[in-house]
Amino acid sequence: MSGAAEPQTWTGRALPRLEDPAIVRGHGTYVADVIARDVACLHVRFVRSTHASGRIVSVTAPAGVVVFTADDLTDVQPIRAVLHRPDFVEIGTPILAEGVVRFVGEPVAMVVAGSEAEAEDAAELVVVDIEPLPAVLSAAAALAPGAPLVHDSVPDDHPNAPNTVVDGRITTAGVDAAFDGAARTVSVRVSSGRQSAMPLETRAGHASYDRATGRSTLHATLQMPHVTRTGITDCLGIAEDDLRVVAPDVGGGFGAKMTLAREDVALVWASRRLRRSLAWVETREENFMAAWHSREQVYDIDGAFTAEGELLALRGDLVCDVGAYCCYPVTWAVEPLMALAELPGPYRVREYDVRSRGITTNKCPIAPYRGVSRPMQVLAMERLLDVAADELGLDRVEIRRTNLVSEFPHKAPTGLVLDQASHQETLQAAVEIADLEDFEARRAEARQQGRYLGIGLSCFAERTGYGTPAFMARSRPFGAAETRKPLITPGFERVVLTMDPSGGVTLRIGASPHGQGLRTTLAQVVCDELGLAPTDVRVIASDTDATPYGWGSFASRAMVISGGASLLAAQELAERLRTLAADRLGGLPADVELSGGLARLRGSEATVAIEVLARDTYHSSHLLPDKGAPALETVGLYDPTGTFANACHVAEVEVDPLTGQVEITRFLVAEDAGRLINPSIVDGQIHGGIAQGVANALFEELVYDDRGTLVTTSLIDYLPPTVAEVPGIEIAHLETLSPATVTGAKGVGEGGTIGAPAAIANAISDALRPLGVGIFHLPATPGRIRTAIREGRDVRLDRHPGALPTDPPADRPAEPDLSAAPLRDQDVTDHRRESRRTL
Amino acid sequence: MTNLRLYVNGDRHDLDVEPRRTLADALRDDCGLTGTHLGCEHGVCGACTVLVDGEPVRACLMFAVQAEGSSIRTVEGLAPDEETLHPVQQAFWDHHGLQCGFCTPGFLTLIAGVLEKDPEASEEQLRDALSSNLCRCTGYQNIVKATLCAQRVMNGECGGCTHLGTGEQGESSAPA
Amino acid sequence: MKPRPFDYVRPETLQETLAVLAEDPDDSKVLSGGQSLVPMMNFRLASPARLVDVNRVPGLDGTRTDGDRLVVGARTRHVALEHTEQSGPLGSLLRTAASYVGHLPIRVRGTFGGSIAHCDAASEWCLVAALLDAEMTTVSQARGERVVPAADFFRSIFTTALEPDEVLTEVSLPLLDDTWVTGISEFARRAGDYGIVTATAAVRVVDGVVAEARVSLGGVSEIPFRSAVAEQVLLGASYGREVVQAAAEAAAEEVDPPSDNQGDSAYRRDLVRALLPRALAVPADAGSS
Repeated sequence: MSGAAEPQTWTGRALPRLEDPAIVRGHGTYVADVIARDVACLHVRFVRSTHASGRIVSVTAPAGVVVFTADDLTDVQPIRAVLHRPDFVEIGTPILAEGVVRFVGEPVAMVVAGSEAEAEDAAELVVVDIEPLPAVLSAAAALAPGAPLVHDSVPDDHPNAPNTVVDGRITTAGVDAAFDGAARTVSVRVSSGRQSAMPLETRAGHASYDRATGRSTLHATLQMPHVTRTGITDCLGIAEDDLRVVAPDVGGGFGAKMTLAREDVALVWASRRLRRSLAWVETREENFMAAWHSREQVYDIDGAFTAEGELLALRGDLVCDVGAYCCYPVTWAVEPLMALAELPGPYRVREYDVRSRGITTNKCPIAPYRGVSRPMQVLAMERLLDVAADELGLDRVEIRRTNLVSEFPHKAPTGLVLDQASHQETLQAAVEIADLEDFEARRAEARQQGRYLGIGLSCFAERTGYGTPAFMARSRPFGAAETRKPLITPGFERVVLTMDPSGGVTLRIGASPHGQGLRTTLAQVVCDELGLAPTDVRVIASDTDATPYGWGSFASRAMVISGGASLLAAQELAERLRTLAADRLGGLPADVELSGGLARLRGSEATVAIEVLARDTYHSSHLLPDKGAPALETVGLYDPTGTFANACHVAEVEVDPLTGQVEITRFLVAEDAGRLINPSIVDGQIHGGIAQGVANALFEELVYDDRGTLVTTSLIDYLPPTVAEVPGIEIAHLETLSPATVTGAKGVGEGGTIGAPAAIANAISDALRPLGVGIFHLPATPGRIRTAIREGRDVRLDRHPGALPTDPPADRPAEPDLSAAPLRDQDVTDHRRESRRTL
Repeated sequence: MTNLRLYVNGDRHDLDVEPRRTLADALRDDCGLTGTHLGCEHGVCGACTVLVDGEPVRACLMFAVQAEGSSIRTVEGLAPDEETLHPVQQAFWDHHGLQCGFCTPGFLTLIAGVLEKDPEASEEQLRDALSSNLCRCTGYQNIVKATLCAQRVMNGECGGCTHLGTGEQGESSAPA
Repeated sequence: MKPRPFDYVRPETLQETLAVLAEDPDDSKVLSGGQSLVPMMNFRLASPARLVDVNRVPGLDGTRTDGDRLVVGARTRHVALEHTEQSGPLGSLLRTAASYVGHLPIRVRGTFGGSIAHCDAASEWCLVAALLDAEMTTVSQARGERVVPAADFFRSIFTTALEPDEVLTEVSLPLLDDTWVTGISEFARRAGDYGIVTATAAVRVVDGVVAEARVSLGGVSEIPFRSAVAEQVLLGASYGREVVQAAAEAAAEEVDPPSDNQGDSAYRRDLVRALLPRALAVPADAGSS
């Protein structure tokens, strides 16, 4: 596919995916297909709240309608995920609304009927009588004095302000001095509308019940089967092994399916209650209303700059509207705390004083969506730099060169450690490819014709492949054990690699693919070690009965962590094969090469087929050197601190000043994700991420009316782009091999969504500079742009939060001063390997 | 309930369904052809696209009863046999035109229908046709590439891509 | 999202269709292309008790010339008009308008008459019908055939002059000779979306002077809006960029567009201002924004 010579190894090859032949023939199996094949199953439909806030007075249905409410689920525990920190508010999510409703779309009741259509018919007959209560529909409203409380169960002595569910702050000692001494302080406020991950396959579940064993099986479209299993069994109070969770083919996730759905808990509960198979397929409308929102954030940041454009310090007040309930397992703190820890991105910032809050409102709860807070973090930093460049009279590329980290490891004032990366180099590569001189000539010519062209860039570090240590860092001890719930820290991955008597290999993983081609890429990794071909490897995933406990696939972790564990397991299995071969061929294991299905003694003609070694290990163990047969089964465990991929995005746009329409005329990326296991899959992830970034920048927004009803409930109102709206994407790859990841691969899944919005916002701002319009709110829709042009102002959040309280509440322990902690060698070198694999 | 007979991929299916049963649901639930997917049920996403009398149609916007007497082709009917793929299917595989695969059958039938009817379609016309369907994973780059490749193969201008990355190791990694 | 149950009838002739509708007009709905009706039924926003499927009724599709008019059968599919061989300014207007209708699969099933009977203010065919003072022929068992001009046909949002027991059978449009200039310009967020604002125009120019002017705007009111003011500005004027710009300005002042999630009132006026010159392929002067 590329001009370069095909690599000799499987790793690095753009191998067409093993998953594809079945899917292109229409033989993929998604949950709705499992349902279609179970003609006897019953169907569930949820009756949902039509009020943003209210007291449930009654739920009634005519005789003959099978309906369940919270009154039937008294033995079922709410979903609960916590962080151990004093500024975290613990709220459980009841499976069906209990006593009150807190957002439009919240499930109140479930009906069961013989078919999907009949369930919908029955649901219409259920009457839910709600006494409306005042609702808060924005962070500003939630923080206003006297605002109604979304949750009145929060203890009065909780340190947080009302409706504030997490309130983190990191302050370094020299921040005030840095601002006092700055040549210029530049301030920006950026914001984004609410987004939906909107996978093309909505949520769905099929729960079956085995009367003989009392076990349930849930087929659901999930990114994290094991965690789902734990979560559901916790709620139902059953043994974890009484539930098997299987994710068949998954039609996209993007984070929306790595969060436990109340509906899935309800489905399993009802299936056990009725001792029947039950099915649920979410409609697209329900998916918009109730399946996890994201990204409605406002960041106020100030940068202290020298006259030469060096960024000395950052101050910030970050506010995330997190909706009505706390998602499981990463909690509703995921957006604000990620922003708090990662805001500086790839830029060197010495002093830091940032406060980051999650505010609860009467809207659909948030959960991670590809990139989580990073698109906004990058938007904030990149708009800050462009505005600073303007105000200081500096070149936009130069100001970035001045501030990008170039020495590694680099410890950020937030405690994050950036490992070996290529921030300067990707900026340089992108700028060269962009050919700014040529662009300026074209821009000038276009101006003559009354046309407005602009170019914008964004540089970012994408935190990927982070294991337990990273999730642990979100909590901090604060004295007495006040929480009743254990902390959930995702992170490790374990794999079990087994060679069977025929020499074929199965790799059982805890990660869970949903489109990223893991069955192919992990096979590539494993095959290089074992001297096999990818068709000899079967990756088994997404079935809790068949795989080791794992965290699933999210946060750009699967290749780094599961791939790392697979590599370690494969290296160990290879070593065992070399030992067996050495014994057979009369040499040393170090002299054995595994390749093309054979074990060969270096420097001799002697070979033995790997499949022969395998067969003998199982059936002729009397031939083996040690009487305890070395099992041809190895376990790989990997739990890294994490690494950072990096990239620079450049967008060229043309803006129609009369209609506000934006056309992206060119989009290019210079990126560094370390070693590319499968370049075409990497490119595919970048393409898809950028399309969602374009959507965030220009098209997609979930809109609530002033009664808290979601207005955008169909694909006519919520606007994911078609091929016509996504530009051609040029990608240049750099490769920095970091010791922080054992395969050399850095994760790459989210980069596109992270960098694209800022590059586009900067490009539009660049185009409209002559008209005095800058972009500070996304999506920058044509209506907003045209209105801003007409009124001679920037595109900003329409109803801005107003004055937000800036003083932290008293008696709250300060965040530890992480910048004072010595840099630990083990942060960086834990997983350095002695033998580096070469291409 | 209505008795009706559908001809799908050359096979006859005798069904007994309510008039309100959409063609998409009838194909999936009554004909056992679950390759056609439902992404929105209001005619925007295109995941349910099938060919009715050779033309691409949203199966969620037709009732099964309306399809009586028509020749219906779904994704399961594109490949000529168990060993060979339709050029569009092959091109999607070769060019990484799918990730989660949920939108893929809709694109495959759409493109097969368009190219079979209009092999000389321009790139602009093909892109216009492609804008009928939504994909959330791929960002469309490889879908366009696969479409143009399939066109060249179907017009005999190109023999198709050698199955990339298999030759060196001496084994085919291409299960059909 | 499944529709509520309904009875389904598929008459083989027009007479049969009319008889079925006469039986139970208020609970019956004609099913033509279904591309507007079926989504509404799936959302349960529309739940007719009986669907009358006219897709097998002969004589309802195709186009023919009748004197100085082009007669379009109500069940003519959008895709047929996208490839119509009708010549001249009418043909190019029909082909261009058709290409704006949704996406290819929608155009394969959806029908010209179905759009007109549905009366969505963003519908390209409604705009064209209003623009050219189309005449709609409708038939009922009780009253036989009648012809309703566009000005009377489109009443309000999703409401036309069609009685519940009537079927729209054909629409006639004036043939336009080469003294006419026609055009349509639609502003939509994405390819295939409904237009937020759409401008259509037909102008007859003789010796450089506008002899007849028609301007029809969509997305600015509940039904297609004929801009009398824009037409006045154009009439008798020397045809060119300036007068078209002035007409656009006048139309933008004249309309009183709604504000909704797709755009507010002021923005829709901006779009009228921008789109009318584009409809007539006369670029607006960017400096006059």
